Amino acid sequence: MEVEQLEIREHLRRHPPFSFLSEEDLNRVSMAVEISYFRADSHILCLGQEIADLHYIRQGSVEVFRSNGEFYNRLGEGEIFGQISLIARRSVRYPVRAHEDTLIYFIPDSVFSDLCRRNEAFADFVEVEDRTRMRHAGLQSRAGTEMMTTRVERLVQREAVMLPGSASVTEAARRMTDDGVSAMLVCADDPPSGQPQLLGIVTDSDLRRRVLAEDLPGATPLAEVMSESLVSVEADDYLFAALLAMLKHNVHHLPVMRRLKPVGVIDLADLVGHETRNSLFVVRNIHEQEDLDGLVQLLPDVRGSFVRMVNEGATANMVGSAVATIGRALKQRLLEMAEARLGPPPVPYCFVAHGSMARDEQSLVTDQDNALILDDTFDRAEHDGYFRALAESVCDGLAELRYPYCKGKIMATNPDLRQPLAVWKQRFAEWIGKPDRPNLLKSSIFFDLDGVHGQTQYADSLKQWIADRASRSPAFLGCLAHNAQTRTPPLGFFRDFVLEKSGRHQDFLDLKRRGMAPMVDVIRVHALASASVAQNSFRRLDDIQAAGFLTGSMIADLRDSMEFIAGTQYRHQAENLERGIEPDNRVNPVTLNTFDRRNLKDAFRVLANAQRFLRLRYRVVKV
Amino acid sequence: MTGSKRAGKPKRVDWPARFSELAASASIPWMERFYQAGTVAAGTALADVPMVALDLETTGLEPHNNAIVSIGLVPFSLDRIRVSGARYWVVQPRRRLDPESVLIHRITHEELESAPRFSAVLPELLEALAGRVVVVHYRHIERPFLDQVCRRWTGAGLEFPLIDTMLLEGWALRRNRSLARRLGERIGFRKRKSLRLAACRQRYHLPTYTAHHAMTDALATAELFQAQVAYHFRRGLGVDRIWM
Repeated sequence: MEVEQLEIREHLRRHPPFSFLSEEDLNRVSMAVEISYFRADSHILCLGQEIADLHYIRQGSVEVFRSNGEFYNRLGEGEIFGQISLIARRSVRYPVRAHEDTLIYFIPDSVFSDLCRRNEAFADFVEVEDRTRMRHAGLQSRAGTEMMTTRVERLVQREAVMLPGSASVTEAARRMTDDGVSAMLVCADDPPSGQPQLLGIVTDSDLRRRVLAEDLPGATPLAEVMSESLVSVEADDYLFAALLAMLKHNVHHLPVMRRLKPVGVIDLADLVGHETRNSLFVVRNIHEQEDLDGLVQLLPDVRGSFVRMVNEGATANMVGSAVATIGRALKQRLLEMAEARLGPPPVPYCFVAHGSMARDEQSLVTDQDNALILDDTFDRAEHDGYFRALAESVCDGLAELRYPYCKGKIMATNPDLRQPLAVWKQRFAEWIGKPDRPNLLKSSIFFDLDGVHGQTQYADSLKQWIADRASRSPAFLGCLAHNAQTRTPPLGFFRDFVLEKSGRHQDFLDLKRRGMAPMVDVIRVHALASASVAQNSFRRLDDIQAAGFLTGSMIADLRDSMEFIAGTQYRHQAENLERGIEPDNRVNPVTLNTFDRRNLKDAFRVLANAQRFLRLRYRVVKV
Repeated sequence: MTGSKRAGKPKRVDWPARFSELAASASIPWMERFYQAGTVAAGTALADVPMVALDLETTGLEPHNNAIVSIGLVPFSLDRIRVSGARYWVVQPRRRLDPESVLIHRITHEELESAPRFSAVLPELLEALAGRVVVVHYRHIERPFLDQVCRRWTGAGLEFPLIDTMLLEGWALRRNRSLARRLGERIGFRKRKSLRLAACRQRYHLPTYTAHHAMTDALATAELFQAQVAYHFRRGLGVDRIWM
């Protein structure tokens, strides 16, 4: 029997823990599978039943109950159950019922036990009894859900269907029908390099909305109706990143690239099919709310999704960008609501986020830092009434949504922060050209910025302008570097901590102020020096490394430290929420285990060294 | 397609008795063994019947003029489909394949060149079918083709009981449709629902598989039968009510 013909193997391959198996093991498992169909509402596992197989959901979904009949969990396609009883060699304690019509693959105990013995990743995945209790095991080992461990390429099932931009829409429709795809890529007619150069994407709905509804002829070239595709994912990105990109840009299809070459398309349905219960779908709900009340109602979901991600073992980078994506969606919706009420803006504008949201590394405890970049035709006397009302509406809304007002008044409601693009450039020119430390200390938050709504190209051009200017201004960099050393990591804290155990006054550790913020400051200096336009600290580290400003091992240390400090902060906030208290950044060291304490201490030491290195690398220049 | 196949209701056969007769008259050892393995008693509950889903890919619909290209089968019961027992063969047809059927069945000429002739796999095939009730989707392919091939190689045809999931689906659809729908169909303006394997599977929320591969289609048929029983029949129903 030729196993490669089997659909079974291809399905298993896309889902953990089977995604961790070698080809050979995957073949063995596929050949040993037994299959059964369960109609919706029928029993799959009964309480007390003996169990001889691992159960894998090929299609449909099931509901798991506690022995007292209470609902426990719902599992969908590609998920497994029964492993706990198998490992513990005991009868079924959590009965399972088909929620929809369900097709189950049974994997015999003998095969299952053998894989657990021989494959560590497989065993780790199945042995975590209750996934909600799972915690990070440290900087290196990290289990996670499939969205966070499965790479995009696993969902790309066919080669990219591609046509040149000069091809007709009829031809495209035919190809899409023949190949059974809902989107196709459009490439350049004569790519200079000889390999396909991606121009855009055409989807079923584009053909409906832009061709049929507009009554365009079938000969219309694709280039005229395609969506110019600026967003794509890399084949080795995690599914999570693809989902975030779709939600952030509100698109349903993404080209998948491997080193600049398009290799396929992934659509939202693929991802939804992969993980229907993903917490990030809260973002889609945000876009559907009609008023502020509706958004406020979503808060429990927002917080619930945060807790779930943390508990499922998402990396700090993933959690941070998910929280920022949610925050961004809230702002966008508030702005749309304000525009609906106030009418269209008198001149184009861009609503800008500063600080952690701009860096895609937000936590639940964050105040609002924002500003407005206005078109250069902005006339304060004539137009500012509109933008003041707009800013007030958004900032008040954000306050309702538990983003407290910024104490430093870095908010669009501050008239000084509603300025035309030209004025912003002038202001940055002053900060960069004539840096003085107190001034810079206040303004460093402005150097992390991202366009959230409206003419986001204003923000992009400002970013580019700042990166160009800053990288050529040693005096500015020296000043910024000096500032980045002012907040020292609490290394002494750990000495004190030993004393505390013998009865001294107990202290809290502010991980944001003493850890995250100085870390971000250090990374920002190197990033601006290397002319990076990235805002996210991890992305900035990539750029710094590419520019050769720091060695690979320094970058790796910073990355791990950042990840650990942020991860500890997120876990602390998730625990706050689980205990029903308002999240904060104040970690009680008593709650940390020895392992976490040691890692945290290492992370702070890396930070302290990085600050010392800044002093050597960037000299304070007198202007 | 031959004209005779839609003629009337299929006649009921007393399969266990027929198998004894055939075993007695069989001249070739492996055919004798096949019939000797017998078949379950007529009143056996579906839940207790050992079955095997079978699919042949052929170059056309007529046993006399067309050849078998590949064979897939998977043994199963109402509770379990056993992939480990699945078998798949590509066989060399008497005539060269035309490019179109190569495309449909996704079998290349190289694969065919190295493939055995059908006669070489026939004993093995019958061994895999022995003692089991064969389940197919659309009864006018597998049995007539195997009958024809056996006749050609051994001089005697091949008979065995069969369950047809396409026929069952037709029954189920007719039983469940409304009066208006029945009238509409009679007058001829209501579109009949498709009985194709993929369309049938969709009604039971079974996954979409790539069609026209004998192994996959056999598996798909076994899953479909399990689903049909879950929806329309009692597990205790006698197998003789649906075999033919």
